[in-house]
Amino acid sequence: MSKKILIVGGGLAGTIIANGVCRHIGAQLRKGDVSITMLGTSDTHMYQPGLLYIPFGKIREQELFRPQRKVLDKRVIFHIDPAKHIDVEAKKVTCESGKVHSYDYLVLATGSRIMPQNIPGLAEGAHWLYDLEGARKMRDALDKFEGGKIVVNVNAPHKCPVAPLEITFMLKDYLQGKGLWDKTEITYTYPIGRLHALEPVAEWAKPAMDEAGIKYETFFNTKSVDPAAKTISSEEGVTLNYDFLVTIPPHNGAEVITASNLGAGGWVPTNKTKLLREGSTDVFVCGDTTNIPISKAGSTAHFEADTVIDNLVSLLTEGRWARDYDGKVFCFVETGMSTGTYVWFNYSTPPNPGAPSQMIHWFKLAYNRLYWLSARGLL
Amino acid sequence: MSERTTIDARGAFCPGPLMELIAALKLMQIGDEVEILSTDKGTANDVPEWTAKVGHETVAVTDKGDHWSVVVKKAK
Repeated sequence: MSKKILIVGGGLAGTIIANGVCRHIGAQLRKGDVSITMLGTSDTHMYQPGLLYIPFGKIREQELFRPQRKVLDKRVIFHIDPAKHIDVEAKKVTCESGKVHSYDYLVLATGSRIMPQNIPGLAEGAHWLYDLEGARKMRDALDKFEGGKIVVNVNAPHKCPVAPLEITFMLKDYLQGKGLWDKTEITYTYPIGRLHALEPVAEWAKPAMDEAGIKYETFFNTKSVDPAAKTISSEEGVTLNYDFLVTIPPHNGAEVITASNLGAGGWVPTNKTKLLREGSTDVFVCGDTTNIPISKAGSTAHFEADTVIDNLVSLLTEGRWARDYDGKVFCFVETGMSTGTYVWFNYSTPPNPGAPSQMIHWFKLAYNRLYWLSARGLL
Repeated sequence: MSERTTIDARGAFCPGPLMELIAALKLMQIGDEVEILSTDKGTANDVPEWTAKVGHETVAVTDKGDHWSVVVKKAK
């Protein structure tokens, strides 16, 4: 009897898993002992971290996209038919088309989505770069910006935890390059009592912002934005004026997760080392979709996906568990337009970012191209 | 009926216990409680400081030996 692997979601996590499993079980796929099916929402695969460069005109849009079919191993059965309901008891997934897929192993890799509409006035008053449309609008608005007060506003939860700092420092370099820095004031707001969730990164960011002349407001959880008055107010009682508002919007998980009662907010309760849905032995959860208290980031999805691949392959071919996820995360941090650093950590090793350098910035630029090897499961 | 959720943020460096708490409270109803478990000593101070600023209630802070437990009630 053929074993069916069903992957819901065609982002980085789902794609790496699909391709990675294919590479390890070629013989079983040839014999028809195993099939791998992916349910995606789009025929296009986007390199999401590349959006960071769009507002600054530092990357061509076409570099962010590849046809999903070409990114996927040919042996993966790919449907552009979003999942509408997931029934983990009956082991069936119903798609928007009405088609029903059964499975032996399910991988939930449905990702996260921005929810600026969750905060009154935010969608109308702010710019963001977390989707292509938003990044384009921000690029066009920055082109017309002639100086004034910029607020970079960070909301929880959000993916890519270093992006807020990257945006802030890149904005400063961008405006300096345009000769507008003397006419500009940037204020960075952050939900907790320091400038970044990672304490060593916060310790680096504070003197860097002080030196750059960037202001900051901590313990700032956005309550509302008044686009007409151009003010943003926090739950903590602070109101800031702005001429140009950049937000890191709050995120939720996918609607299909909440609609299927698999997790509040679209985040699936997940064992943090097994990457199995709590209460399931045949449902893996990977990437932003989990509720694990860990960074929602591409690298998290990547390292989790490697673990899921090893375990799926081992379960299918040897009937045993291969290994646990150790919580590894690795993030590049762009510290301006020409320097960068990186940070890595896992469940037992705290982060310890090094000094920014041009070399690491170049490596990040190289990774922007190498990403496609990651998605193919080769890197 | 109010509910209690537990977030096990022990060993979690990023986004960390307070960010997890803030995100969790957004999904809860007024009167619900969330217990956050943390190995970060700062949590025992950071969470009560933030709840006092924003108007939620810190119900309990307990030293469990190898970690801290902080219980917060959503008040608004």
